[in-house]
Amino acid sequence: MVFYGTALLAGCLFAGLAIGQIIGSAFGIESDIGGVGIAMLLLIGTTTWLSRRGRWAPTCAPGVQYWGDIYIPIVVAMAASQNVRGALVGGGLALAAGIASVALAFGTVALLIRRFGREAS
Amino acid sequence: MSAALLELVEKYALVVAFALVGVVMLVSYQASRLFTRGRVHGSAIAIFLGLLAAVVVGFTTGGRKGVADLPLLAGIGTMGGAMFRDLAIVATAYGVRIEDLRASGVHGVVSLVVGLFVAFAAGVAVALAFGVRDPVALTTLGAGAATYIVGPVTGAALGASSEIIALSIAAGLVKAILVMIATPALARTIGLDNPRAAMIFGGVMGTNSGVIAGLAATDPKLVPYGAMTATFYTGLGCLLGPSVMFFLVQFLAGGNG
Repeated sequence: MVFYGTALLAGCLFAGLAIGQIIGSAFGIESDIGGVGIAMLLLIGTTTWLSRRGRWAPTCAPGVQYWGDIYIPIVVAMAASQNVRGALVGGGLALAAGIASVALAFGTVALLIRRFGREAS
Repeated sequence: MSAALLELVEKYALVVAFALVGVVMLVSYQASRLFTRGRVHGSAIAIFLGLLAAVVVGFTTGGRKGVADLPLLAGIGTMGGAMFRDLAIVATAYGVRIEDLRASGVHGVVSLVVGLFVAFAAGVAVALAFGVRDPVALTTLGAGAATYIVGPVTGAALGASSEIIALSIAAGLVKAILVMIATPALARTIGLDNPRAAMIFGGVMGTNSGVIAGLAATDPKLVPYGAMTATFYTGLGCLLGPSVMFFLVQFLAGGNG
């Protein structure tokens, strides 16, 4: 059933967020640590495990894939509901800090990729 | 009649949002094909249109949620909110090769730590240049240069003024939006074209929305890798901000007398 895929995806997301929240509160902070990343690992792990045991019916896959396919429209909706006005009227300091941070980060990424990012494959 | 129609739109807000965003996607992809011959990706145009709409509506309503502050477009806020966003992003991991993640795990961790220090340093340096000397304010602004969540969390933990916290949020917003816009333009120059590079990118940039939208507009195949590392950044930043970063700033400030 297609919906099994969606249900598994939802279960992984929730479990990942819960684990991230627990890790966060273990360190005494109010933000979750890596919830989405943990959920991704759970999804990869469970689907691999299920298909190895022949329990992952091909009909389940579209229930996951559909959500993965519509992330771009979702990101567009996310962009449209950002506080862009807040970013623009934040003043010179905020603007300069954001720009400096991004410029430095891009420089760092370029260096790291040149050093480590060329794949062996 | 029109009142009933408006009521219907508000009642079925999410359905309206799906249809509206679909139209935006269609227009953007056609524009990409017709006006740029595919050189500017359709998703980049769509994301840019989204940001543009958020600015216009933001200045009209004075709100903080972009177009979602208009009752008729509230569904866009739901569609682009954390719940659907996380569900979709996790779904992109389906089909990711475990070997790719394993081979680049160390690079991801290193880039996270490097990225956080770089962002804090940039934020603190700019704040110093603007004449800020208070260690609490400096750390909070450095945290804001990491992400717009690390800023207020750090500021709240250290007891920064609400004015400084607001500035740190604004700095984080500027960063997220710049990353969205700059990534597709710079991707080729910096070699952002494979899963490992995307993991490094996600770790250094850290801003979830910026990384996801930036990679989406660059190469959809890279999104899960960047999102994977970026998701640890905000949590780690909230952890290091009020502790390690604050001690560092205090130490350096003390050194200067």
